[in-house]
Amino acid sequence: MPFASIYVPNFPVAAALRAEPELQGRALAILEGKPPLEQIIAVNEKARHMGIAPGMTKAQAELCAELALRPRSALRESAAHAALLDCAQSFSPCVEDAACDTALLDLAGLESLFGSLPEISRALHNRTATLGLTANVAVASNPDAAMLAARGFPGITVISPGKEAEQLAPLPTEVLFVTGLAEDRLQEDENKSTARLLETLDRWGIRNLRGLAALPEVSLSERLGQEGLRLQQLARGAASRTLVPVEAPPIFEEAVELEHPIVLLEPLAFLLNRLLEQICARLDSRTLATQELRLTLDLENFSSRNQQSAINHQQFVRTLRLPLPMLDAKVFLKLLQLDLNAHPPGAPIVKIHLAAEPARPRSAQGGLFRPPSPEPEKLELTLARIAGMVGENKVGALELLDTHHPEGFRMQRFVAEAPRNNEREKAPTPTEEKSAVTALRRFRPPLRAHVTLENGQPTHLFCRNNIQGGVLWKAGPWRFSGDWWEHEAWSRDEWDIALRNIALQNNALRNGDALSFHRLVHDLLSGGWFVEGTYD
Amino acid sequence: MSSAVVSTSAALGRPFVFDDETVPEVSSSVSPHCGGQAEAQESPIARVLQSAISNQKSKIPPARVTPASQLDIRPAPEMVSCGIPALDALTGGLPRGCLTEICGPASSGRTTVLLAALAAATRRGEFCAVVDASDALDPRSAAAVGVELSRLLWVRCGEDPPKPPTRQKGCPISRASFTGKAGAREACPEIAERVGVFSQAAFDFERTRLKKNELLENGLKENSARQSEHRLEQVLRATDLLLESGGFGLIALDLSDLPLQAARRIPLATWFRFRRAVEPTPTILLAIEPHPIAGSCSSLLLQLALPNSQGETMMLDHPEPSRVAAAWESPARQCRVGMEKKAESRRDGAATDDFTHPTHAQLLTGLNITAELIRSRLDRKPARSIAFVTKTAWAG
Repeated sequence: MPFASIYVPNFPVAAALRAEPELQGRALAILEGKPPLEQIIAVNEKARHMGIAPGMTKAQAELCAELALRPRSALRESAAHAALLDCAQSFSPCVEDAACDTALLDLAGLESLFGSLPEISRALHNRTATLGLTANVAVASNPDAAMLAARGFPGITVISPGKEAEQLAPLPTEVLFVTGLAEDRLQEDENKSTARLLETLDRWGIRNLRGLAALPEVSLSERLGQEGLRLQQLARGAASRTLVPVEAPPIFEEAVELEHPIVLLEPLAFLLNRLLEQICARLDSRTLATQELRLTLDLENFSSRNQQSAINHQQFVRTLRLPLPMLDAKVFLKLLQLDLNAHPPGAPIVKIHLAAEPARPRSAQGGLFRPPSPEPEKLELTLARIAGMVGENKVGALELLDTHHPEGFRMQRFVAEAPRNNEREKAPTPTEEKSAVTALRRFRPPLRAHVTLENGQPTHLFCRNNIQGGVLWKAGPWRFSGDWWEHEAWSRDEWDIALRNIALQNNALRNGDALSFHRLVHDLLSGGWFVEGTYD
Repeated sequence: MSSAVVSTSAALGRPFVFDDETVPEVSSSVSPHCGGQAEAQESPIARVLQSAISNQKSKIPPARVTPASQLDIRPAPEMVSCGIPALDALTGGLPRGCLTEICGPASSGRTTVLLAALAAATRRGEFCAVVDASDALDPRSAAAVGVELSRLLWVRCGEDPPKPPTRQKGCPISRASFTGKAGAREACPEIAERVGVFSQAAFDFERTRLKKNELLENGLKENSARQSEHRLEQVLRATDLLLESGGFGLIALDLSDLPLQAARRIPLATWFRFRRAVEPTPTILLAIEPHPIAGSCSSLLLQLALPNSQGETMMLDHPEPSRVAAAWESPARQCRVGMEKKAESRRDGAATDDFTHPTHAQLLTGLNITAELIRSRLDRKPARSIAFVTKTAWAG
């Protein structure tokens, strides 16, 4: 049963490079500790060539002008770790979270899906690269051998069954131990015992796995106990165990902590683009999309500088809800840009946190004879742009409310979903097309009018917008009222009138008509007269 | 003559021939006006320029003009129903991938035609968009026509309107306000007696008072002109975006209430751009406006109007009750402008005077619209007209 191991060497550096790919060609060192006692905990190859080593202080490292120093970030590393697990989960459902930089996966039965073992290894390597991580991938017949090979050999390694001991033999004994960073007392004690064990083996002259594998078992057991035997089994590639599968939680979050606050939206868009690409790659690796993006911006606290201009809130949160699941980083970026243009954060940004709510990707079956519909991604962008122009509540689809109020409707999000039933696509019946229905054009807000009454009926109308003249014919009053149980009660009399429009008379002489039909409203609560609309 | 560019002018009806060899002659004819020294000074520069130009000319391939005989025949656009059979019979429907203009004055049925087209399109399963320059769409009317509202994108252009003058909030509500059934449309003849009586003099006074505030209104006009420009800009940008987005079966521009001056400021290039954008798509681009403004960019131009009633219009400057009645009788019969008498009187067939009827006994049942086909790409002699009747939602 083959197993694969994905190992990200120099994990803190890899996480930093994933967050800032522009540091790829530069010397980089990761700092940890409280200022001013910060120490270097990890360096990349270039920095090592320049003489920078873990354990140096920040002051020492700063002597090297070309060195890029970055503080260690738990957020960055957890995101990189999640990406590593996503990569493994995209291949196999049985994945073990061996360490923050190592993932093990069971490859049983995957040959039919992804090809031979070398092909799977290459695919794993490429997938980790697309997620912004440079990893070593090894395949072996047991998980521990695969893990040791991934830690020891760079690139891709495929160990044939039965040749584990032979292939692992040249590896140094250090690969047997997971040397984590001393974060707590337990880890510190473990590191000390590991160092003692390595020293013992070194004193025996054993510096690689070949030597350890060749030691007599009884003698080794007498000197190092069960731990020695376990290490020897590992060195021989003969250890056997079952994987402890984990289900990676569906949390897709990326964050960037900024050394210098951002005050412009343009650099913010640059960083957002990177975060969105990472999130989209992770979602894509799990065959997921998203329907909700949550952007949290930590703003610089002005209260520490100036009490006068203290800002109450530290965080600025914007949530982007999409009508359909989507997975397009460019579209998301544009939508976030438009949203931030409409709602600017208001203070310099020191940290960006982006989270995506995973959703199943939408599936649609197109039809050859089905009318075209707008592409959801394009439509969302278009709607966001139009909303930025005319206002958020002024673009969308209509929804009539269950009321008799003349403006009883609300705007809702316009979604171009394909019809679910074919009944709606049926051809109109002749009765539906028989006659046109007279439409009303509304004035928003209604136009205040001066009305002359005779016997309580309007006879003359004077209003702005060229609506004035004698009332030729009228019908009404029709009384409407409602919402009397609310504060927003309304009560009105409506008239349908035909107006001989004086204002348009000169035009009418040319055009041959000056009649117009209007809806006149008498608000019974305020006593005012309004022209509500024109029948057109 | 090595090469010549030939263009025809439709206005003059004769060809113009431009020979590139004539250009140096023109320049040489100009040169004697200049001094001889200047000519001597410019000659080396001119030589360099000439050589540079000749070099460039040799690089540029000769322009090819496709003869008209070899031009591809543009396929006739697909025509779809606009939802009104009479209009379909007149125009053949609305052409896809083309700009259609529907124009007419207020109450001429433009919005009725627009909503009918939207209803027909949504019934076909298409998504539609209305770019509403004056935020005038009535959702109830749209629903009554049969527009599937979930398939209609409504873009409401314009500034946020100020709050309408209504009564103060929290004002105690008297029960006298609710004599009628809540929300029901019913006749209330008793209201007529309660409302005060104003005279004609009061109306004249009101008019003169408002005329005195002309200066104030001038400021308002400027403001409204600015708003019109702003709205127009929003309409054009929104239309551009929607056309770019694609996938809509019908995109309608409602410019009905825009002032003519503002609407005419839309450059012809914009209409041309719209036409080009919509051409390769199955989208119907429909513009509703008081006057035709897109020029030759529109493939179909339809003029709507109420039936002609000039005589009565001129007669009724200061109408007396009897003349109003007489005037109204005439258009009512001639044009069927939507006034319907009570059912009893119709059954009797008596030509009773409408003015004698109480107002609540009458009902606006519909409009009689005439439509004239002004221009059509498919029709060489398009000038034809028809009449059709619209009915109000409550007419039954």
